[in-house]
Amino acid sequence: MADRPKILLLDDDQDLLDLYKEILSQLPSRPEIFTSTNGPRALAMMDAEPFTVLVCDLNMPKMDGLQVLSIVRRKLPEMRTVVLTSIIDEQFRSRVYGLGVDLYWQKPGTGEEIKQFLDCIESLLGREAHKGGFRGVQSKSLVDIIQLECLSQNSLVLKIINGPLNGRIWIQNGEVIDASTDELVGEEAFRRILSWRAGNFESLAAEPTRTRTIHNSYQGLLLETAQAADEAHVQKEGTSVGGKKSSSPLATLARYPGVEFILVLKPGADKKFDARGLENPQPVAEWGRHTLEQFRSLGDRLRAGPLHEMDGLGPQRHVSLAPYENRDFCVGWQHSLSGDQIGDAMKKLLTLWAS
Amino acid sequence: MGLLNFFFKTSPDLLPLPRGSFTVDCDGRVLASTLPHSYPTAFAQDIATEVLAAFRAARDARIPLAELMIRYSSLKLTARELRGGAIIFLTPQTLSSQT
Repeated sequence: MADRPKILLLDDDQDLLDLYKEILSQLPSRPEIFTSTNGPRALAMMDAEPFTVLVCDLNMPKMDGLQVLSIVRRKLPEMRTVVLTSIIDEQFRSRVYGLGVDLYWQKPGTGEEIKQFLDCIESLLGREAHKGGFRGVQSKSLVDIIQLECLSQNSLVLKIINGPLNGRIWIQNGEVIDASTDELVGEEAFRRILSWRAGNFESLAAEPTRTRTIHNSYQGLLLETAQAADEAHVQKEGTSVGGKKSSSPLATLARYPGVEFILVLKPGADKKFDARGLENPQPVAEWGRHTLEQFRSLGDRLRAGPLHEMDGLGPQRHVSLAPYENRDFCVGWQHSLSGDQIGDAMKKLLTLWAS
Repeated sequence: MGLLNFFFKTSPDLLPLPRGSFTVDCDGRVLASTLPHSYPTAFAQDIATEVLAAFRAARDARIPLAELMIRYSSLKLTARELRGGAIIFLTPQTLSSQT
């Protein structure tokens, strides 16, 4: 019985809760159903014990569903969340998905819709938390995929998409013959692509006429790539304020086209940061940290969802601020770039950092 | 159908995010606005206060800015400095408008 998943239902209407409870308890996974008629109580229940799925209404007095969900996403990011509402509004749908909710479900109106809703909940109960990897082949890394294709002596082009980054790897008769990204070609591009931790890929038809630029065996390439990744990881962990390691990931980002300076603001009361490209980074770091804090708080008050990015355009230089993973990034850009260009470049920069 | 209608209820309305623009003077007072009347003035005031403070703080940090774009998952906020004050545009982000 200990393995039964737990569902928490949140709605201000007790009669509705009783009805949902009755319906959801019939699911094949036999979940335990708990209910709450208000947000604060639901949050207290989630603090006290873990739940697999939260099913939440939006329209509730005092603390509405958006408030509850934004707190849950922050405190319990692994929890599956479902909104069940009678609101038919594109904007609310967008706001809910913007909070990272798994499903936005309009309250079912027919027997068929109820069945679909139950199928979706059952599917969520059985799904494991996302742990990265490449969509297309479950639980396989890109290294696994390349090894499989090479061992099978296949000929194809692997197209890999990692957010804003694109790459291709040409495989001919089980040998890696070429690779390219937006900026790199050959072995360097191959290593860059293999440093991406997640993404999508698709297999395209082979291009037998492609000029060979990579002459190393695929085993050798994969070995070198693994060594480079290990070294980069050690450097990333070891960089600190004033660090001089020129080949650190931060130094690589500082060389990105258009970047004038970059600061990585670390969490914690000691307000540490890493910086490149500024003689006196302290005031900029303080400004970045304070501004992000203020606008995060404003976003909470407006119920506008998580802050994704801030871009500032100035007469001397532009600047971007963005939270990423558990850090905040502050990047200065050359004045010649447009607002759209710095938005795109910032996305690429953060993806590179993640790699 | 009686049971299915039971799923629907009327309850307090959620406040939609506003679309429109407004101008504020250097003290943060709203001078003109195209925001819906239903949108609380206090929220516009709140936005203005933060935006003007961000412009001032950037100047103090020696990175003067003339325009700020703040992207939340559901709202884009664009502010241009206007002789100490600002003009601020609010654009809700829908799934189709997000890139």
